[in-house]
Amino acid sequence: MQARVHISLKPGVLDPQGQAVESALKRLGFNGVASVRQGKVIDLDLKATDKAAAKAEVTKMCESLLANTVMESYAIEILG
Amino acid sequence: MTPVVIVFPGSNCDRDVADGLAAALGRRPQMVWHADSEIPKCDLIVLPGGFSYGDYLRSGAIAAHSPVMEEVKRRAEAGVPVLGICNGFQILTEAGLLPGVLLRNAGLGFVCRWTHLRVERADTVFTAGYTAGQVVRFPVAHHDGNFFTDPATLKRIEGEGQVAFRYCTASGEVAREANPNGSLNNIAGVFNEQRSVLGLMPHPDRAFDRALGGEDGKVLFRTLVEKLAA
Repeated sequence: MQARVHISLKPGVLDPQGQAVESALKRLGFNGVASVRQGKVIDLDLKATDKAAAKAEVTKMCESLLANTVMESYAIEILG
Repeated sequence: MTPVVIVFPGSNCDRDVADGLAAALGRRPQMVWHADSEIPKCDLIVLPGGFSYGDYLRSGAIAAHSPVMEEVKRRAEAGVPVLGICNGFQILTEAGLLPGVLLRNAGLGFVCRWTHLRVERADTVFTAGYTAGQVVRFPVAHHDGNFFTDPATLKRIEGEGQVAFRYCTASGEVAREANPNGSLNNIAGVFNEQRSVLGLMPHPDRAFDRALGGEDGKVLFRTLVEKLAA
């Protein structure tokens, strides 16, 4: 089973990388950009065959290692 | 006093801090590899600076789950003092032994320079050799040193006196221009609630000899040796 974890900085957490990307986009003429936040995507190939079990397992992974919940939030997609 | 220095793959200040301790102690500390799950009997554990695991995922995140860290946590809970410098500080926050997190520097750049720090309290095993309010000079060398936490935690650590060092000007003013990385309240180092665990971004291990450009860090190592003398 495939799972995808989206990790993003929580609102209010300074994102200097996102700000740098935002200013580079504006320099390129993309003036419609109001703001940029940068995160990461982690793809997992799991042995689990049950969606609920896979989600529970990935949630534990996020809480223990994949995300630091002091500054990051995560969203889990079970792709099947 | 029997200190132990933990070595992770990618640690690069393990020998520096061992030299700093050896200069104060008169003998070398024992080095313990991260894959070991046993730590010899000791009264101080040091997590050195560097780039453990290449800073993959987040600085300190993977090292915080090394086999040795379970034992570091047990010893810390039993009251053994733990000192984390730079990457060691990042590892301690990731391991949950210290509050907060070290974000990417606000200016995005790697900052490598001398900083002035105000010692916030001198009643701890680490800082008893200084006086509260004293200004010391340690260098920083980091990309992720921007101390951050949610407002409630910040209020708590300020209220409980858990701030160890703040970036300041040479005259001791905690000013915005003295902040090298955007850290909240200019925080450069924090204690746990019991003040038995200290993490700081600046390097006392790069400031213990005049040949290194400064020796304010010597006091920290000497104080640990004196306070922990068995």
